Amino acid sequence: MNWISNYVRPTINSLFSRREVPENLWTKCPECGTMLFHRELTDNLYVCTSCDHHMAISPRARFAALFDGGIFTEVKVPEPLPDPLHFRDQKKYPDRMRAAQKATGEKEAMLVAEGEMGRTPIVAVAQDFSFMGGSMGMYVGNAIIAAAERAVERRWPLVLFSAAGGARMQEGILSLMQMPRTTVAVEMLREAGLPYIVVLTHPTTGGVTASYAMLGDVHIAEPNALICFAGPRVIEQTIREKLPEGFQRAEYLLDHGMLDRVTHRKALRDELVSIIRMLTGQPPAIKADLPPPAAPDPVSAQAPAAPVPTDAAIAGKSAGAAAAPDSKK
Amino acid sequence: MQYLEFEKSLAEIEGKSEELRALARQNTGMDVEKEAAALDRKAEAMLRDLYKGLTPWQKCQVARHPDRPHCKDYIEALFTEYTPLAGDRNFADDHAVMGGLARFNDQPVMVIGHEKGHDTKSRIARNFGMARPEGYRKAIRLMDLAHRFGLPVITLVDTPGAYPGKGAEERGQSEAIARATQKCLSLGVPLVSVIIGEGGSGGAVAFATANRVAMLEHSVYSVISPEGCASILWKDADKMREAAEALRLTAQDLEKLGVIDRVIAEPLGGAQRDRAAAIASVGKALGAMLKDLAGKKPDALVRARRQKFLEIGGKGLAA
Repeated sequence: MNWISNYVRPTINSLFSRREVPENLWTKCPECGTMLFHRELTDNLYVCTSCDHHMAISPRARFAALFDGGIFTEVKVPEPLPDPLHFRDQKKYPDRMRAAQKATGEKEAMLVAEGEMGRTPIVAVAQDFSFMGGSMGMYVGNAIIAAAERAVERRWPLVLFSAAGGARMQEGILSLMQMPRTTVAVEMLREAGLPYIVVLTHPTTGGVTASYAMLGDVHIAEPNALICFAGPRVIEQTIREKLPEGFQRAEYLLDHGMLDRVTHRKALRDELVSIIRMLTGQPPAIKADLPPPAAPDPVSAQAPAAPVPTDAAIAGKSAGAAAAPDSKK
Repeated sequence: MQYLEFEKSLAEIEGKSEELRALARQNTGMDVEKEAAALDRKAEAMLRDLYKGLTPWQKCQVARHPDRPHCKDYIEALFTEYTPLAGDRNFADDHAVMGGLARFNDQPVMVIGHEKGHDTKSRIARNFGMARPEGYRKAIRLMDLAHRFGLPVITLVDTPGAYPGKGAEERGQSEAIARATQKCLSLGVPLVSVIIGEGGSGGAVAFATANRVAMLEHSVYSVISPEGCASILWKDADKMREAAEALRLTAQDLEKLGVIDRVIAEPLGGAQRDRAAAIASVGKALGAMLKDLAGKKPDALVRARRQKFLEIGGKGLAA
């Protein structure tokens, strides 16, 4: 009987396993039309390998690439009241929420995490454009406040990745109130003397831009990201004239003094590590693929001793700032 | 007096009574007073009825009524020694935002507000109360000045929203609004705000992140205009009635949600029917709110203001 099972099984298996293969192995770049294999695309952080177009990246994928060894701890966000206004347009708000949760596998439009990035401990928070357009409601507000509180508690810098169409209309005035609420979060960081770096990704618009996304100590944007208060269509309707090429794109904002830098996603992590370590008076990071932070760690064990004379001067000058972020609780 | 769309039947009755009286003035000996008075009573009853149950969309219309007192009217009536201060020291002076030093009940204060204008010419000059970055930056400058010299800040909010224009975007509309909100949150002096007409989205928040926020009875405060919301969520701008309903933008709902601290009653038929009475009520509320905060230390004012906003969202509306 052995020869039968040997013969039959592979056929049946192949029938079953074929169904488990993801349907979208290939993604078409919306900019240049190149077909990109999914593995190639994830390895390249969802940036088109042929035209460098930056596609949307989920907060989880971003954090996996950001934190050392892809290891991070999620920070719990206080749950807001669900549907406080009993909002209903063509659909009920809770139904829209459930659909978004099903489509994304996420609870809400923001993910907060803590961990080490290039051996530099940080709190990071990323907005998920695929979840109801990343819209800023009470959860997003709570997430930013929770992130700021955690950063203050640990004395770690906060890195925020914005991506949103604006406020969540289904929460009405309470979504608008996230503008002052998230600004309070920024004030907490300021008061604690902690760096707050904003990475503006495509798109960042409306009330989000007009609050926490434009209040960073350093503003970095991803190439060609749309960043604005009023969207181009609204403006065209108001002023009835065609807008210039590249209007409200990252490079345009850089030209108009609203950003510090426009940085390719692949270079972003190193840049963040570098900026944060300088702002907090830490020695330069060692640039290499590091093992997960749980592994034995000769680098940070040596750091307090500061054996290199050139570093000692820097570390000594801002010892207060340097000591706290290095401490491991 | 301009009638709103839902006041049509009222306009007819009031028109008739007016006509009767005009007729009597022309023909001496004709006595119409009895009939005219009856019509007046009918009109008043109708007005009472209409304004008792205004729908959210009707409130939006009242809030935008051109005869409603605007920022300038309040400043002229309630303040003395008003000394306008202009300019953001960077680019321009934005006339959509007015403000300056003044005395309120003899106490020196800084008053800042959106001004919509009252006729075509002034409306254009004021850009219909839609501020550009310069307006917010002027407000920041004035708030800062008040903070440094220990003057309370009073803001009067009445804007359809921040101006969506090319130049405004290029000069950092978002940044200007964000910084204004931040400035509100860092002031070591009392900051009180009244929404006197339209509280349009971020443009309103930039002024109304205050220790105390009051709203006139028929004013509105919303994340987006009902028309804008309808065109996005209903894909049909004509569904603004439904959108206004869903957004919960009335003073009454906002008080229940804990977003504002008090509702200031308007005269029968809205502030536009008795401007002086409406202005006086706002003056009274401002006095009460400032008295509440008098003597508080700078740090306590900052902490309390932040805490107030952190706590917003704890209350929902009953189903």
